[in-house]
Amino acid sequence: MNLFRTALFLAKKDLYSELKTKQILTTQIIFAGLVIVVFSFAFDPANNTTKAVIPGVIWVIIVFAGILGLNRSFISEQRNDTMQGLLVAPMESASIYLGKFLANFTMMLIVELVSIPFLFLLFDFKFLGSLPYFILVVFLGSFGFIAIGTFLAALAANSKSSEMLLPLLLFPITTPILIGVVQATRIILTNMEKLASAIAWIQLVTAYDVIFFVVCFLLIDYVLEV
Amino acid sequence: MSMNLERGKAVLSGAQLTDTKKPNLSKILFGAAVITMLVSLYFIFIFAAEEKTMGAAQKIFYFHVSSAWLAFMAFFVTFVFSILFLIKRKRIFDTYAYVSAEIGVVFTIIVLTTGPIWAKSAWNTWWVWEPRLITTLILFFIYIAYIMIRQMDGVWDKKARLASVFGIIGFADVPIVFFAIRWWQTKFHPIVFGEGPSQKGGGIEDTMLVALLVTITAFTILYSYLLHKGVSFEKMKIMVERYKEKLREDLEN
Amino acid sequence: MIEIKKLSKQADNKFILRGIDLRVNKGETVAVLGPNGAGKSTLLKVLATLIKPTAGHVLMNGLDLRKNHIEIKKVIGYLPHSSLLYDHYSPLENLVFFGNIYGVNNVEQRAVNLVKEVGLSFFLNEPVKNFSRGMIQRIAIARAIIHEPEVLLLDEPHTGLDQGAISILNNVILSMKEKGTTTLMVTHDFKQAAEICDRIIIVKNGKIVDDFRIETRNQGFVSEKYELQVEGVS
Repeated sequence: MNLFRTALFLAKKDLYSELKTKQILTTQIIFAGLVIVVFSFAFDPANNTTKAVIPGVIWVIIVFAGILGLNRSFISEQRNDTMQGLLVAPMESASIYLGKFLANFTMMLIVELVSIPFLFLLFDFKFLGSLPYFILVVFLGSFGFIAIGTFLAALAANSKSSEMLLPLLLFPITTPILIGVVQATRIILTNMEKLASAIAWIQLVTAYDVIFFVVCFLLIDYVLEV
Repeated sequence: MSMNLERGKAVLSGAQLTDTKKPNLSKILFGAAVITMLVSLYFIFIFAAEEKTMGAAQKIFYFHVSSAWLAFMAFFVTFVFSILFLIKRKRIFDTYAYVSAEIGVVFTIIVLTTGPIWAKSAWNTWWVWEPRLITTLILFFIYIAYIMIRQMDGVWDKKARLASVFGIIGFADVPIVFFAIRWWQTKFHPIVFGEGPSQKGGGIEDTMLVALLVTITAFTILYSYLLHKGVSFEKMKIMVERYKEKLREDLEN
Repeated sequence: MIEIKKLSKQADNKFILRGIDLRVNKGETVAVLGPNGAGKSTLLKVLATLIKPTAGHVLMNGLDLRKNHIEIKKVIGYLPHSSLLYDHYSPLENLVFFGNIYGVNNVEQRAVNLVKEVGLSFFLNEPVKNFSRGMIQRIAIARAIIHEPEVLLLDEPHTGLDQGAISILNNVILSMKEKGTTTLMVTHDFKQAAEICDRIIIVKNGKIVDDFRIETRNQGFVSEKYELQVEGVS
C-alpha cells in the first residue's frame, strides 16, 4: 500500500505545482486550440465532408497536446536535481512512475475536457453517437497513451535532447492505440450501427493498455535505476 | 596499481584467446554464406518456375521475403539479448543486441525498397497501405528509435540499460501493431502460405517453395556471419577504448 | 554503522573508486577530504544509493545496500550540491512533501520546527525561487533531516555560505550528532572540518590514503596532513 500512498503524494505534488504555475496546462490547451484552428484552414469547416475527419482531429489534438505535457513531466524534475531527491527517498521506482502517470493522466483529461467540446463547437459538429461510449474510448485511449508515454518520457529524460527523442520513441510504439481509438471514435460518432466493430476495437485498446501498463511497471526499475 | 596490471593482463590474454578461435568461425561462416548465396541464386533464377503474370520481376520476391525473415529474426535476437542483458548485465549481451538491431534495420530498408518494386509489377502501384507493409514501416521506425537511444551521451551501461528496455517494449509491440493494422484493413497482400480469412491464398509452386527455402537458409547464414563480424568489431572498439584509458592512466601516474 | 568493503566504481573504462575499505561507527562525524576528481562525491552517491557500485559491498546497520535499499533509504539523509527543492514551492510545502514521502508523523509541525531551527520562520510561505544561496542551503539541510536520519551524507555543505549561515549549519549538524547521528561530510573547508568532525579521511585517486582522528580542533594539523598526502609525495 505504501506504493500507492507515495504515488498519490507525488501526483498531488505535481498537480498542486501545476495549479500554482499553470504553465503546462495553459500551454497544452492553447496548443490544442491552435491545432483546431490550423485544421479549420486545412479542412473547410463549412464543407460537409469535413465531418469525416473529426475523429482523426480529436486524436491528433490529444497526441500533440499530450506530448507537450509528457515532455515536461520528467524534465521538470531536473531543476535542482529533485529527481535525485525522489530516488534517495524510500519508495519503489514503480511509485514514481505511478505518481507521474496519475498527474499526467489527470492533466490530459482536463485538456480533453476543454478542447473536445471546443472542437465540436467550432466545427459545428452535431453529436449523434453514444456519449458514454465516446467517453469510454477517449478514457481508454488516453490511458494507454499516457501510460506508455510516461514510461518513455522517463527513458528519454536521460538524453539531453529528450524533447526530440520522445516523439520518435512514442509514436511508433503507440500505433496500435491510435489506430484502434480513431476507428472506434469514427464508428461511435458517425455510424452507430457498426457498434460491434467499435467494441472490438475498444477491446483491442484495453488489451494494449493492460499489457503495456504491466510491462511498464515491471521495467520502470531499469529505467530509473542510477 | 597492481590490480590494474592484472586487469590489463586479463584483457590481453582474453584477446589472444579469442584471436586464435575467431578467424576460423568467421571464415567458415563467410564461406558458407557465399556458397549458399550462389546456390540460392541458381535456385531462384534457373530452378524455380517463372511466375505467369509478373514474369521475371517476381524473382525479387525471394529476396524480399528472405530479407523480411532476416529482419524479424534480427529483432527477435535483439529482444532476447536485451532480456539477457537486463538479467546478467554482461556487456557482451548488449553488444549482440545492438549489432543485431543494426543488421535488422539494414534489412528492413531492403524490404522496404524491394517491396515497392514488387508491388509495382504485382499491383501496379508503388506503395499500398497494407498490414504487412505498414508493420514493416513501423518496425523500421521503432528500431531507428532504438539506435537513437544508443547514440545518447553517457556511460555505456546507462545506454545499454535504456536501449534494452526499449528493445523489449519495441518487440512486444510488433505483434500488436500487426494485428491492429491487419484488422484495420486487409486488401491487397496475397496470402501465400495457407488460407487467409478473407481471401484465398494464391498458392505457391513446389519449385518456388524450394527456391524460397534455400534463399531463407542462405540469408540466415549471412545473418550469422554479419552478426559475428559486427560483434567482433564492437569488441575491438571496446578493447581499443580500454587500452587508451590504460595508457592515459599510465601517463598520469 | 557503515561498513564499506572493497568498493569500486567504474564508469566506462575509468576507475573512479578503486577498492575503498572503511568502517564508520555510530555517532562519528567524518570529514572526507581530497582534491577534485578524487571520487569523494561518487563515494557519497554510492552510499546514498544513487550510484550502483561496480564491485564491493556496503553494509549499513548490518543491511546490505543492494538488497534492502528501501530500508536503508529510510535512515539516510542526503544533501548534494543541488538543493533538491522545488522552486515554486515554499519551504513548508517542500518539507511537508518530502516528509510525507518518508512517512514522517505529524509532518507539518516538524517542518515548521525545522524551518525555525534554521532561522527562516519569516519566509515559511515564500516560494524558494526567491531565496538566496545561503537561505536555500539552510532549507536544503532541513529537507535532508526531515525524517531524523541516522546517517547524514553531506556534499560540501559549507560552499557559498556566509558566517551566520555556517554557524547555523554547524549547530544543526552538532545537534544531530548529539542525537547519535553518523555524519559523512565531503568538504574542501579545513576550518569547518577541523571544527565539527572527529575523524578525517583523505581520498586521492579513488583510494583512501589517510585516515586519522582529531581531538584538538587544530586546523593547521589537518592541512599539514592533507598537503603531505595530496601535494607532497606524488
